[in-house]
Amino acid sequence: MSLDFNTPDFEVIRNGNRCIQCKVCVHQCANAVHFYDEEYDVVCVDDSKCVNCHRCVTLCPTKALVIRKYPLEFRENFNWHGKAIKEIYKQSQTGGVLLSSMGNPEPFPIYWDKMLLNASQVTNPSIDPLREPMETKVVIGRKPERLKFDANGKLLTKMPLNIELKVPVMFSAMSYGSISRNAHESLARAAEELGIFYNTGEGGLSKDFYKYGKNTIVQVASGRFGVHKEYLNAGAAIEIKIGQGAKPGIGGHLPGKKVGEDVSATRMIPVGSDAISPAPHHDIYSIEDLRQLIFSLKEATGYKKPVFVKIAAVHNSAAIASGVVRAGADAIVVDGFRGGTGAAPTRVRNNVGIPIELALAAIDQRLREEGIRNYCSLIVAGSIRNSSDVVKAIALGADAVYIGSAAVIALGCHMCHSCSTGKCNWGIATQYPELVKRLNPDIMYKRLVNLISAWNNEIQELLGGMGINAIESLRGNRLMLRGVDLNEKELEVLGIKYAGE
Amino acid sequence: MKKIYAFESRCLGCRLCEVYCRTARFKSKDVVKAHKRKNITSAIIVEEVLGPNNISYFALQCRHCKNPKCIKACISGAMYKNDKGIVRNDSEKCVGCLSCILVCPFGVIKKNDDGKSVSKCDLCADFGEPFCVENCPNEAIKFLNEGEARALK
Amino acid sequence: MLREGKLRIPSGCAISGIIDRKRNKFNGEEIIKSIALMHDRSNGLGGGFAAYGIYPSYKDFYALHIFYESLSVKAQTENFIKRHFDVEKAESIPTRPVLSIVNIPLIWRYFVRPQAQACVSKDDCVDESDFTSKCVIKINTDYEGAYVFSSGKNMGTFKGVGYPEDIGEFFMLDTYEAHMWTAHGRFPTNTPGWWGGAHPFTILNWSVVHNGEISSYDTNRRFVEMYGYKCTLKTDTEVITYLFDMLVRKHKLPIEKAIKVVSAPFWDDIEREKSEEVKNELKSIRAVYANALVNGPFSIILGYEKGMIALNDRIKLRPLVAAEKGNRIYVASEESAIRIICNNPERVWSPRGGEPVVVLLEGEQE
Repeated sequence: MSLDFNTPDFEVIRNGNRCIQCKVCVHQCANAVHFYDEEYDVVCVDDSKCVNCHRCVTLCPTKALVIRKYPLEFRENFNWHGKAIKEIYKQSQTGGVLLSSMGNPEPFPIYWDKMLLNASQVTNPSIDPLREPMETKVVIGRKPERLKFDANGKLLTKMPLNIELKVPVMFSAMSYGSISRNAHESLARAAEELGIFYNTGEGGLSKDFYKYGKNTIVQVASGRFGVHKEYLNAGAAIEIKIGQGAKPGIGGHLPGKKVGEDVSATRMIPVGSDAISPAPHHDIYSIEDLRQLIFSLKEATGYKKPVFVKIAAVHNSAAIASGVVRAGADAIVVDGFRGGTGAAPTRVRNNVGIPIELALAAIDQRLREEGIRNYCSLIVAGSIRNSSDVVKAIALGADAVYIGSAAVIALGCHMCHSCSTGKCNWGIATQYPELVKRLNPDIMYKRLVNLISAWNNEIQELLGGMGINAIESLRGNRLMLRGVDLNEKELEVLGIKYAGE
Repeated sequence: MKKIYAFESRCLGCRLCEVYCRTARFKSKDVVKAHKRKNITSAIIVEEVLGPNNISYFALQCRHCKNPKCIKACISGAMYKNDKGIVRNDSEKCVGCLSCILVCPFGVIKKNDDGKSVSKCDLCADFGEPFCVENCPNEAIKFLNEGEARALK
Repeated sequence: MLREGKLRIPSGCAISGIIDRKRNKFNGEEIIKSIALMHDRSNGLGGGFAAYGIYPSYKDFYALHIFYESLSVKAQTENFIKRHFDVEKAESIPTRPVLSIVNIPLIWRYFVRPQAQACVSKDDCVDESDFTSKCVIKINTDYEGAYVFSSGKNMGTFKGVGYPEDIGEFFMLDTYEAHMWTAHGRFPTNTPGWWGGAHPFTILNWSVVHNGEISSYDTNRRFVEMYGYKCTLKTDTEVITYLFDMLVRKHKLPIEKAIKVVSAPFWDDIEREKSEEVKNELKSIRAVYANALVNGPFSIILGYEKGMIALNDRIKLRPLVAAEKGNRIYVASEESAIRIICNNPERVWSPRGGEPVVVLLEGEQE
């Protein structure tokens, strides 16, 4: 064996005065960072394996553990910084494509943090959500151009089927396979209790979860894993996934080791085989092909389910979105470049796609210029971190948002970016039974319910402050936003004014 | 009567219950301080079961039997059942003959390090809810009455 | 300092309206008296009136009232009008000097009819009213210094910078006979005092006087702008007027449905609704016209050819009182403004939030 250039990323520090040698850390670390040395009767640490997931820190009964960045410095160099050097060590050792998990961590601007919200003062009263009704319900789906009434005032227009969200937040697509069964169950139960929706992702849907159908969006992606008529009819809406913010333009890869009995049955592939989603849908090479798939799915479900189309935010999103609306989609989902993933090539994740805020603003504006914005709902995703991000997204023009990373963080994810190893210590991105059971759906669904309920309260407070008592009066209400630390072009694309203007 | 029930499907095998059981005997409820003292043995034991593909775990402690063999076997009258049905060991009376350990069908009475006294689960009756249950990170052990437990199993 | 239209100015207001259901006409003295009583609700930076039934001899012509800032823009605009309309009569609107009314623009009116060929040549123009409204929006957008502030048939708006009672005196409203009057006194928080920025705001026969600052402004603006409108003033009143014009004239919604759109019932109330048909209708209205819901505090009086509608926001954040006596219905921001001109009304009530007062002229149906 030649010399390994890799050095640890993290250092695990054990406080000897507090450690009681209970071995809880040893039992909990799937990466075998902590181990018990029987000879010396002592718990030891192997730093090099640590991914900084905080499982041991959180469970340690005496708070004896601290994890720090490994204090090894390279000679200071703005260009050849440590990360750049380490990636070369890794690739020159393995010859492989670098893989990463979760969303783009690079220091690109976060436009949510450069937009500020308005509040009422004097000329118009703010509204107290504790005393007055405050509506956060939204209706997602296709809308007719106008409503028609007969001479007696009776409604003649038959509404296309829409879905109703009590809060404009949904759980975004995370497949069974990429996340565990218990994680899926938690999302499904939370969606049911909250009156919102969760998304199956591209891995099909286990029959055991059909009972949550009225709160489920079933996804159809390029691999068509687990897609059949019963599946399509099991949910309340169907989503065609064209692309994903974390890895626009490329497909997916679920390693065979994650394909156990149950995943195999759900995906309709042999146990242990790799599940590889092609980069494009091989029946969609152009926009008219998309129209055919949309209507095939509508035919298969008797025109009873709205069909969403999910695209990654890329340079030409506005024009693409216009085409998608015209192709017959009932809602467009746009996923920004910070959207999470179980695994993506690092170079793609960090360098492809555009910020969701800019894509959203451009798409909403373009659809309005074409007079087709009201036909279709616009859902955005890609790192919505809190309720003010939700409010800002809606003010820019979204109908609702999807959250993925925020949802898994509520389930215990500590953003260690190691999903692709399959050894998630929190039982989320793993299929190992002994790890999966660490995520108890009875506990975890309540955390999701708590999170969304808390956000809903905050959204209501923010709305009330702006003197608005229905969330649809915020949609596209860009006067409620002001920019700071933005240049003229950014303000123009976002369609907002600078603070003080 | 409320007892501790273990849910094997939720048990992580982290053994925090054992840590907190040992801590429960100390007034301060400080884990570090409690473990600085010797001579304490957990009255809850996490058992490992090797399955064909994986290991599963479950926590075991005194079942507080209807007709406890340990009480019959006790030579000094230290082992007794209180009015709530909890089987307890009076350490003042216990002479450390270890007869109870021999007869316990579940193996949940443990000898302390000094070899002269025993440790067994008393459901933390002196200060409230069982400490192990309160501190289980995954709700794998619950303090339930029989009906509730049956509904959950 | 930017003028209205270049920026958004919040303002408070007084509003008042009188309608005679049997179309008996009366001059502007009463409405002036009513709005003058609420002097303190405005600050001298805007007042105005809308009067219906004042041009019986020109009732088939669109009456365009226009402010000009210069003779050159007047010439350019008239050139545009002549290319698109047949002009029956053009005249300066008569005024009398009032000490407090200054910086007066040129104020003209034109009785016009769209040229048939002009209308046909535009394929996006469905009828003459649509054509006329498009032309009005075009003048207001493209002709800097010209502003069409009234464009209906047999009705007219009179407005300017000043207290409303002075504006009424200035425009000699005592010489006009109408079956319906609405009035507005304005309290803008800042304004360079531009005549076009005063209220009422009108498009075709719609006139709106409005008290409030709607918090859904940009949502509503961006919604109507999808349907060919251009909000040049950036005022709430303008956007509310366009909303009603769009819903009733373009989308052909019955007026009571249009009211349900702008002052929509709460979802909880919809859920409680027993009739599935009504529930479905209300849900459809909220889903399709979500962005036309007017949110935040407002009380408005809408005038149109069929009558008058007074409406509050859903939780009644601005005052509105109504009264009835004989053929007449009165609405105003304050009860006192009604009692000063009608000292013993048969009925006085305070309409609840979101519940409209709809007064139709005799012989009109919704």
